[in-house]
Amino acid sequence: MRVVSSRFALAAIAAGLVLGFGAGASASEKGKQLFVKNGCWQCHGFVGQGGVAGPALAPNVMPVEAMSSFVRNSNRAMPPYREAVLPEADLKEIHAYLTSIPKPADPKSIPLLNQ
Amino acid sequence: MARKDARLDVNRRKFLAGAAVAGAATTLTNGAQAASPGAAANKRLPSAVMPTAYQIATETGNLREPTTQITGRPNSDFMVDVIKSLKIDYCYSNPASSFRALHESMINYGSNKMPEFITCMHEESSVAMCHGYFKATGKPQMALMHGTVGLQHACMAVYNAWADRVPIILVGGTDLDAAKRPPGVPTLHSAQDINALVRDFTKWDDQPVSLQHFAQSFVRAYKYAMTPPHGPVMIALDAGVQQEGIKDAKSLYTPKYIAASPPHADPAALREVAKLLVNAQNPVIIADRCARTQAGIDSLVQLAELIQAPVVNRPNRMNFPNTHHLRAGNAASLIRNADVILGLELTDFWATVNGWVDNGDHDGHGINETRMKQDTKLIHINSVELNTKSNLQDFQRFQPVDILMPADAQASLPLLIDFVKSAITSERRTVFEQRGAALRKAYAQARERSRQAAALGWDAGPVSTARLVSEIYGAVKDLDWALVNASNGVSGWQHRLMPMDKHYRWIGGSGAAGLGYGAPASIGAAHGNNSLGRFSVSIQSDGDLMFTPSALWTAAHHNIPLLSVMHNNRGYHQEVMHVQRLSNRRNRVASLGKTMGPIGTSIEGPDVDYASLAKSMGWWSAGPLKDPAELGSVLKKAVQVVQAGEPALIDVWTQPR
Repeated sequence: MRVVSSRFALAAIAAGLVLGFGAGASASEKGKQLFVKNGCWQCHGFVGQGGVAGPALAPNVMPVEAMSSFVRNSNRAMPPYREAVLPEADLKEIHAYLTSIPKPADPKSIPLLNQ
Repeated sequence: MARKDARLDVNRRKFLAGAAVAGAATTLTNGAQAASPGAAANKRLPSAVMPTAYQIATETGNLREPTTQITGRPNSDFMVDVIKSLKIDYCYSNPASSFRALHESMINYGSNKMPEFITCMHEESSVAMCHGYFKATGKPQMALMHGTVGLQHACMAVYNAWADRVPIILVGGTDLDAAKRPPGVPTLHSAQDINALVRDFTKWDDQPVSLQHFAQSFVRAYKYAMTPPHGPVMIALDAGVQQEGIKDAKSLYTPKYIAASPPHADPAALREVAKLLVNAQNPVIIADRCARTQAGIDSLVQLAELIQAPVVNRPNRMNFPNTHHLRAGNAASLIRNADVILGLELTDFWATVNGWVDNGDHDGHGINETRMKQDTKLIHINSVELNTKSNLQDFQRFQPVDILMPADAQASLPLLIDFVKSAITSERRTVFEQRGAALRKAYAQARERSRQAAALGWDAGPVSTARLVSEIYGAVKDLDWALVNASNGVSGWQHRLMPMDKHYRWIGGSGAAGLGYGAPASIGAAHGNNSLGRFSVSIQSDGDLMFTPSALWTAAHHNIPLLSVMHNNRGYHQEVMHVQRLSNRRNRVASLGKTMGPIGTSIEGPDVDYASLAKSMGWWSAGPLKDPAELGSVLKKAVQVVQAGEPALIDVWTQPR
């Protein structure tokens, strides 16, 4: 139990990083915390932007059923997250968080992406 | 090795006598002070202790003034002459007794010029600085190291240089004569064969036993290092050979260095390759450590344009401009459709045309799967075939190819281009034009996809890696910039967002993925670039910097201008993901402890204050910055600092990848 408690405390701190600068105010707090606690950020970034280790998860979020099926059964670079590791209710919270991430600005409007 | 010079033996005896006198005097003085501070030291007290040599000498009247001077020139002066003949700019080194003779000659006899002694705090840094310097300038440098201890510190950096095919002249001091060398630490720091420590990952080594032998071996070592495939070489320098006096100066000579021509591919094989390329439906060129100079890039552009073939640029070198429409983005789909693949100095051909999936299949060994069609013709021009060794596995998995040319790719390209020109028909030219048009469209689409992807998380904090790279480019784009290092963790954004159109814009990574490379190698590269008027910028990861932070002092001490912007993701992120992957695979929740990543993988608690670390070693610094909106103005200030000739570091808290 001690481990679980410290993990949640940590998740709250880590999620604070995301809260502080990134996602919108309507984001699912619990979903953010779970996104961090379960290591989703490691490959997909704190706001699901993706990178070399994992694809973008937001803002174009796959349906929750598809996400659940993929997460449970993945056998490629993405390791499977089974129920014992990530309960279905937590997965849905994470999905809600990803859905809450707003669309980015049009890159044409970002001067640094038009240099 | 053996010290047979009678004159020196005499001087050595004098030196020992002098040392005995000094030691005895010290003992007497200390003893007097201990017995009676302030009392007259000449008051003899009865003693049962045997008289010292000094006491006997004073009482018998045989006391002689000591001398430690060697008449004439010491051997190490001639060694400096040999080193100067090769126009080596710098000697990166941490000082040590085993090469004190050469050190003294370099700074006094050699006026500390060509080479100039660059003070380093760790031999891993010394070697990595040579590594970076060469890739920026094409000129090999020298690292001078203490036998055994210094060389063991250097080993990781030497292996990086070996795997990255970079020439470095390694010189290690040792003291071979067990009967004459100083006891204690100097003996502890000597070995029969210090070169054995690095023999598995150097091209050649020697331990000269005479001055003329040194001259031959040093020039030979330089030649081997600089003949493709490049690589580090090692010379062990006996302390005796260094410090003895020159015996027969008239017979000594410095062999002339003449650069060897690189090994060239067999013309018949090249002619066959040209036919295959011209007649292929979907040829793909993949270049890794191919281009050493702008001429190499120009040749590759010419070849690709002749047949309008896409070029995949592996990240170990800048081979092909990412501003060119033939620069390919999606290597996997090209390889899947290719009927001819030309590999140029590929480090790992197997992993280029096959995939490995890190999952739990096959008892945790993962899945191997091919990415190419069964009848795809594979061609490889690879000079490393000429220089493989057994122990360290940098040769990677075995991949059979249809045509293998153990030769230097850059040197072989011009003849291949001639053969391709001869083989092209008007019918094929039409096919090439159509292919070129399709690739131009695909290139534009890929650029747009990159911009769309870079916009994701643009305003997020910690700073996204795409934003980090974009901000850096925005700050340096009007300068003649060179990206001298980039953490693997920035998701390759530098190749997608920074227009790389010259050979020095990007110099690749460490070679063997050994941490501790980034900071010293970027400083070495900046050192070289500075003399060429280029502005050097590095994207420095936190975990890498913690291996060799003392390299920062060297940059400040020697006024090496470098802009180092940190990709500080507060963890050994590759390992963060590995432990998470294994936990999931075993159906266990990864234990985080007090950190964000699995226990043992994070660099948090305390968070390292890199700005203060850099400042303490004489750098201008700022950070940690966590809000991307702050980055632009701080970068602007830092660029001004670097343009004024100082190093500057900005600590940026970033997204993981």
